[in-house]
Amino acid sequence: MTADSHPVPALIEVNGLSASYGHVAALKPIDLHVEEGEFVTVLGPNGAGKTTLLRAMSRLIASNGKVTFKGQDISTLPTHHLAKLGIIMVQEGRGLFGEMTVRENLLLGAYGLGSSSDEVERRFAQVFKLFPNLRARAGQVAASMSGGEQQMLAVGRALMAGPKLLMLDEPSLGLAPKVAAGILNTLGELNRNGLGILLVEQKAPLALKLARRVYVLSSGSVRAELPAHDIKSHHDLARFYFH
Amino acid sequence: MTSNRTMTSRASIFTRLGDYGYFAIGGAIFIALLFAFVFIQGGYLLTVMQLAMIYGLFCVGLNFFMGYTGQASFGQNAFAAIGGYGTAILCVEYGFEPVVALVASMAIAGVISVIVGYPTLRLRGHYLAMATFALGLITYDLSVQWTSLTQGYMGYSGIPPLGIGPFTVEDERWKLVCLMVILLFGLWVSGRLRNSRFGRALRAISTSEQGAAALGIRISQYKLAAFVIAALYASAAGSLFAHVVGFISPEVFGLQMVVVTFTMLYVGGIGTVLGPAIGAVIASLLPQILRSSGRFQDIAYASILLLLLIYVPKGLSALSGIGRSRPVRSSTSDADQARPLVSDGRVGSDCDMPAPQARTGS
Repeated sequence: MTADSHPVPALIEVNGLSASYGHVAALKPIDLHVEEGEFVTVLGPNGAGKTTLLRAMSRLIASNGKVTFKGQDISTLPTHHLAKLGIIMVQEGRGLFGEMTVRENLLLGAYGLGSSSDEVERRFAQVFKLFPNLRARAGQVAASMSGGEQQMLAVGRALMAGPKLLMLDEPSLGLAPKVAAGILNTLGELNRNGLGILLVEQKAPLALKLARRVYVLSSGSVRAELPAHDIKSHHDLARFYFH
Repeated sequence: MTSNRTMTSRASIFTRLGDYGYFAIGGAIFIALLFAFVFIQGGYLLTVMQLAMIYGLFCVGLNFFMGYTGQASFGQNAFAAIGGYGTAILCVEYGFEPVVALVASMAIAGVISVIVGYPTLRLRGHYLAMATFALGLITYDLSVQWTSLTQGYMGYSGIPPLGIGPFTVEDERWKLVCLMVILLFGLWVSGRLRNSRFGRALRAISTSEQGAAALGIRISQYKLAAFVIAALYASAAGSLFAHVVGFISPEVFGLQMVVVTFTMLYVGGIGTVLGPAIGAVIASLLPQILRSSGRFQDIAYASILLLLLIYVPKGLSALSGIGRSRPVRSSTSDADQARPLVSDGRVGSDCDMPAPQARTGS
């Protein structure tokens, strides 16, 4: 699907995006899009290129191809500029600043707001409402928290930036099933409030419950794009993985 | 009732003291007594402490670039030289007031740091270290070879003491007081900036440049700002040295300065607010304390430094956390504790490194 086929430009649209590490092509030219307020999941086995896809979209690694955000070409913009547009990524492994406190991490999320304290406080209140644990641990060093709380902080920090598109790289990785479910359900709630979400995930059952559409990635290529409810079992996925 | 209130108040005082850590309180008392002793004793120790204050100021600046921002610079002595020679030339040749000359030298150092830093800071890691090292070497060579300006190895003498108008600070004890006040001001600025939006951005860059950029932080701009701040501090330290000692030569701002200030920074605690000042005092006093060991002085000094680096790798200021009441690690979820910490301070990556202690910033 191209930008011309959308009467209203997609929230984000990727056309022919490719990336490589040295001579190894980690991402073959890929097309993908997320509509306003849509929840899209990218599934795939280890080494499929899921993380590379998000990193290329965030301009954290060099890539070829075109990326547009609400119709604006952002292919050549530096990473820090994307955050100003509202494209926020929660990196694999959370990417928290472990030696800083919870409050400092959250304040860094709101970096783009400058010193607008009222707005910062309003966003603090929103994040603490979603993750009450973070309020109690505001003065605690991030590295000293449990994995689940760290993931809450990673999502909370992303929300402090006031994202229009939230991209998450395996937020359930290393978490107990119950904690992972809690995090993903919160993402579902955010999506119901209109936030566009692009989720890269290995835990297919959880992710499929929330997503409207799914891209199946394998060996750096999109093997399938289909409605989430079309995938009924692991066998369906495996069929695409080894296609 | 009154008794209860008094007990509560006492408990609250001890709780507050506990927040700072008894080691920190002990350290503060020790430093206060040390200064009182040096102040009363006078003599050579006064000079040692004066130099410790000057080096401390230099290290506080270097800490912005190396500690808060996590970059490497082996060439900050270049800006101390600019400060030292700038203030000497402006005062001796052009009759500037010492304070005006100090500020003017800082401005010159600031402009040069922008010009030099803009292309240099595109480099990273060892390459940046080598580039800044070259900057120090170039400045040293200039101070030796450009004799018409710097008087070469002969050095620059007759530099007036610090002062404003008719008020000059010539008494050695008052010089120490002035330097202490300036260092405390430098520390206050450092502490304020560290905990500001600017400081948080610097510390984010130190942990992960990509992570910081993803939050909208302009990496190159912040690195340059930290480099310039470090240059301003270094220049002020160089100028103060010139005014306090009254003489400068190329050797003062040579390679020795780089080695000494690195030692101070790491011994005190890189990335912390007070660490650079603590390191400057300890690393300056240690050789004097070890003087009695005669020809084994250097061996004893190096051994103590080695032991400090091995057993207190985060620096002496990290000891302030001993006895401090810390928040208990969360145990809300058990299975999800598996994600380890990474050595660079980011959390939850796949690396099986042991968990580093939290940097307290005290």
